[in-house]
Amino acid sequence: MNGEFDSPCIQISNGRVIDPKIGFDEQTDLFIAKGCIQAVGRRPSEFTPTRLIDARNRVVCPGLVDLSARLTSLESELSAAVAGGVTALACPPDTMPPLDETGLVERLVRRSEALGLARVYPIGALTQQLAGERLSEMVSLTRAGCIAFSQAKQPIFDTQVLWRAMQYAATFDYAMRLQPQDHYLARDGVAHDGEVASRLGLAGIPVCAETVAIVTALQLAQETGARLHLARLSSAAGVALVREAKRNGLKISCDVSIYHLHLSEADIGYFDSHARFDPPLRSVSDREALRSAAAEGLAAVCSDHTPVDEDGKQLPFAESLPGATGLELLLPLVLRWADEMKLPLHQALARITSDPAAILGIEAGCLTLGRPADLCIFDPTEPWRVAAGVLRSEGKNTPFMDDAMIGRVHTTLVGGRVVYETKA
Amino acid sequence: MLDSLKRNPQLNANGELTHLLSIHGLPVEILTQVLDTASSFLEVSDRDVKKVPLLRGKSVFNVFFENSTRTRTTFEIAAKRLSADVINLDVTRSSTAKGETLLDTVDNLVAMHADMFVVRHAASGAPYLIVDHLYRVGRRDVHVVNAGDGRHSHPTQGLLDMYTIRHYKKDFTQLTVAIVGDILHSRVARSDIHALKTLGVAEIRAVGPQTLMPLEVEKMGVRVCNDLQVGLKDCDVVIMLRLQNERMNGVLLPSAREYFRSYGLTPKTLALAKPDAIVMHPGPMNRGVEIDSEVADGPQAVILPQVSFGIAVRMAVMSILAGN
Repeated sequence: MNGEFDSPCIQISNGRVIDPKIGFDEQTDLFIAKGCIQAVGRRPSEFTPTRLIDARNRVVCPGLVDLSARLTSLESELSAAVAGGVTALACPPDTMPPLDETGLVERLVRRSEALGLARVYPIGALTQQLAGERLSEMVSLTRAGCIAFSQAKQPIFDTQVLWRAMQYAATFDYAMRLQPQDHYLARDGVAHDGEVASRLGLAGIPVCAETVAIVTALQLAQETGARLHLARLSSAAGVALVREAKRNGLKISCDVSIYHLHLSEADIGYFDSHARFDPPLRSVSDREALRSAAAEGLAAVCSDHTPVDEDGKQLPFAESLPGATGLELLLPLVLRWADEMKLPLHQALARITSDPAAILGIEAGCLTLGRPADLCIFDPTEPWRVAAGVLRSEGKNTPFMDDAMIGRVHTTLVGGRVVYETKA
Repeated sequence: MLDSLKRNPQLNANGELTHLLSIHGLPVEILTQVLDTASSFLEVSDRDVKKVPLLRGKSVFNVFFENSTRTRTTFEIAAKRLSADVINLDVTRSSTAKGETLLDTVDNLVAMHADMFVVRHAASGAPYLIVDHLYRVGRRDVHVVNAGDGRHSHPTQGLLDMYTIRHYKKDFTQLTVAIVGDILHSRVARSDIHALKTLGVAEIRAVGPQTLMPLEVEKMGVRVCNDLQVGLKDCDVVIMLRLQNERMNGVLLPSAREYFRSYGLTPKTLALAKPDAIVMHPGPMNRGVEIDSEVADGPQAVILPQVSFGIAVRMAVMSILAGN
């Protein structure tokens, strides 16, 4: 990262320092030099701060790690990331064109590094063109910077291809991600197959579309030994399958989107396209199961940041594009969920720092001495209101528009440099 | 979330009907108001001069994004009998084919000083998008009537069905009503279920195979009967649904012939219902698929009166909207 060695010596004083990875939670000081965390608590000898950050009444924690954020435009979305306290994010391969060539991956890495904002970790396409037919060049893509492989939301129709892809990925111990949804069972569906879709006459996506895909993926992961991560669980039945598989010793991980922790099918209201998600928002009992899974640490939490412009939402529900902007809402929505679940702050923060870092296999999401100082400093009690003008992302699409949030990021550091700070 | 998509967008601040989008969420008073108003319009059709001046000077635009002859014609007749100027737009073949979006089309029609839109669209919820848009651009004076949106709703059909039932059966509260056929894809079934529920019908049965039944439909207040014999037993009203051609052969049903064998309404199966049961159908019928000709043309069928009542009901809806 640019300027890591000429970065200033920063003392962050009197903050509530939380390291979710080790459960550390104390009011103390943090010292940064040469882009790295030098000390927590006592000032090292020969440390002369060139900059002092007063963090009184604020939380100082590792920068957030987001398991999935779509970057429509690098500059705006990475600015949005650091404004939301996110210092590392994984970019799914369903870009235009998809991340199935080394040149595209290298370009993404180079351009994001040049911006010097959040760190971008590309996820490579598992198959060429994400078509689900021929394997991508995973070895070359890994050398180019990919840290895992996935199909994003594209299906693999042919189970033999899925099986071979897992075998090949397992050969090199590459991490693999799947968003479990059986294409045929979900075909034409736009909402959870249940009470609301039945009443509104929307084509349903049954829960079995998720469970059938999970069962297949788990079975193949067991056969092949592939390192599998299941992305965006949406149902209680899906959570139960993952819990059972982990109990049986399978090394898998999973995540849920922040929106699925708060919303349900009922939020579709009168065909509000802002409540269209993929996978769909399901029943209240599904949502409760997802909230518990995240609380107990079974699932990590991500923003699933998906900017969609007005034209993509101002359409009849079934024709509108799914997804919501999320980078700048990840932290306050996690805080809201933690508050409602009476979860200790360090545990809640683990779901968006150390847990996703472990899933991505990157050195982030912790305050370990000597590691790059990627930090987020936020006021956990400060209210703000979601508004199009406040969001830096190109995506202004969220069901939480005009809602009051609690918890506001004040300073974000990447590699010991301040990359975002609020005025005064 | 947009305010107009949170609260029921078809009622104004005084709880009066300002758009007709769905029967769901309408209080019994409004349903009764429509039925009573329709009664008063019924005799207009028998006059020498079949017109009343309630919508004189108003422009009603029939905007059909999906093909329809019957529904559009009855709306046109209803608007003309209220003395409105009626403009028919077959949007399937014009603007949208050139890439214009739904809301672009609406903006253009608003600029042509439309007072009322009668909209049919293949996507469930499309009329809600239009109403939300009208709110945003500050055109609360323009009214929208949903003439059928996807699988969601066909409220004027639901209301004319209620009118027909009230005409023949008087009191709703003691009735057992069977709705037979493709409930999953039917906007008529959904509208009828909400209306019957609101009007206090004793039992509503949804009759059909599992492949044509929406998940958790029981939560709408119906009893699901997969067996036609069970579904028709002692009922007062039988509402047959049209089985669309594309559903007949494939993954939902093996064939039209087999469907008729299990769910077709014949004199024999109709005999399971009460002797004075009425048979309804929203049309157009598939004779020999969902209904036997002997029943369709028989003494218990009230399918043609439904069509006549439909005009009076649509006049009632349009005059009420224009007055609010």
